Amino acid sequence: MSFWEVTQELFRGFGVTLELFILTLVLALPLGLLFALGSRSRLRPLRFLVRGFVYIIRGTPLMLQLLVVTLGPGILFGTQHALTRWKCFNGNANLAYFCGALLAFVINYACYFSEIYRGGIDNIPKGQWEAGQVLGMKKSQIFFRIILLQVVKSILAPISNETVTLVKDTSLARTVSVVEVIYAADRITGHYALIWPLFYTGAFYLVFNFLVTWCFTTAEKRLSRFRLE
Amino acid sequence: MAFLEIKNFQKFFDKNTVLHDISFSIEKGEVLAIIGSSGSGKTTLLRCMNFLTLPDSGKMYVNGEKILDAETTGHLSEGELRESRLHFGLVFQQFNLFPQYTVLGNLLLAPNLYLKEVVAKLPKEERSRRLTEGTAELESKANALLTRVGLSNRAGAYPCELSGGQKQRVAIARALMMSPDILCFDEPTSALDPELTGEVLSVIRGLKSSDSTMVVVTHEMEFARNVADKVIFMANGIIEEMGTPEEIFNHPKSGLLKAFLSKALD
Repeated sequence: MSFWEVTQELFRGFGVTLELFILTLVLALPLGLLFALGSRSRLRPLRFLVRGFVYIIRGTPLMLQLLVVTLGPGILFGTQHALTRWKCFNGNANLAYFCGALLAFVINYACYFSEIYRGGIDNIPKGQWEAGQVLGMKKSQIFFRIILLQVVKSILAPISNETVTLVKDTSLARTVSVVEVIYAADRITGHYALIWPLFYTGAFYLVFNFLVTWCFTTAEKRLSRFRLE
Repeated sequence: MAFLEIKNFQKFFDKNTVLHDISFSIEKGEVLAIIGSSGSGKTTLLRCMNFLTLPDSGKMYVNGEKILDAETTGHLSEGELRESRLHFGLVFQQFNLFPQYTVLGNLLLAPNLYLKEVVAKLPKEERSRRLTEGTAELESKANALLTRVGLSNRAGAYPCELSGGQKQRVAIARALMMSPDILCFDEPTSALDPELTGEVLSVIRGLKSSDSTMVVVTHEMEFARNVADKVIFMANGIIEEMGTPEEIFNHPKSGLLKAFLSKALD
């Protein structure tokens, strides 16, 4: 297999990596905020439930969660209800495994993000809430118009860290048969006895993480027009 | 009936009594100064008046209308609470400007949101016209207020680009945007360098001449003496002594007040 052919094959795999990455990020960022609000809720049962859930997810390996999500349905409901046979997937095993992996990633990352959000929200001085209150603003208005952007600014660095980690963590999806870039390389290695395509995948991650980091640096610059109190 | 009347405010934190049976009243256009050492309950009183904490018992009237009753206020909806709260404005010791908004943005944020809610209740055909008019009015009001506090040239600046005194003047203008009946100040100069207190105090003095009703918690004895119409000295959660500045500063009766003044005026 020529270098060009390998590159094409890896790009196909990296497409899946990207899909997994982008969808996870887009879904986990708002879900994490929801979890963060839940874990700060005044309703005790909700607070305990969310905190307990976050504790479990953060305390167990992502690899295990991937297995639970993809194999769990089959074990729970018997093999005829295995994930791939679910109606919504129409027998498309690739789609079923991809969605299973996506679910595990979203939940896992939402939990990590929620802890970052929670710290960020707690760090905003109470005076910001009170200033909004005495001006007659509603709690939700205060949160979305005043607090949120300050939280975003203060948590940009840890979120950037998690995001870079997510780019690399997507490779775990291969354990549940999602053909992302490393799996694609591994197949070439198997078929053609070539080792170098495996190492070549590193370049894909490096270049992409360079872009991710650049995005965060740009966001940081744009938010540097103001300083937190 | 007095313009602002507070009756029997009590507040407990755990088992400590922070406010013990506080009652007083002021007339429209009057300036009330509240003095006393830290921990005497001044700030708690101010926070109760602004609904940031609720008193455990007591009532409050503005212009004859009962706007707070400790018996029932706990059950009010957020909306009802907001309406009552808007009788008051509060300027904080720590300014609490919104860092991501410019000076003008700080002034306009809350009133614009409020305007949108008011407009949303109007018949459909009037909405867009009233919104445009209202927005323009708010903007000219904001510019007028910035001129009044001497910051018309800093409308586009962010809070981090301002000095402490300028921040506090913005905070005063921001509070005035909601046209409160009574403007409260919680030690407005305590977080400022001494050379910056003058500019803030002179803005407050300027408000007095325009007939605003104000309640000022302060450590600035000279200011209280010269600007206030009425002075309350608080100690251990009670009003230890109340009177005109002349009575409080020149003829103090209570031993605690005498001790406090001799320390404060040193």
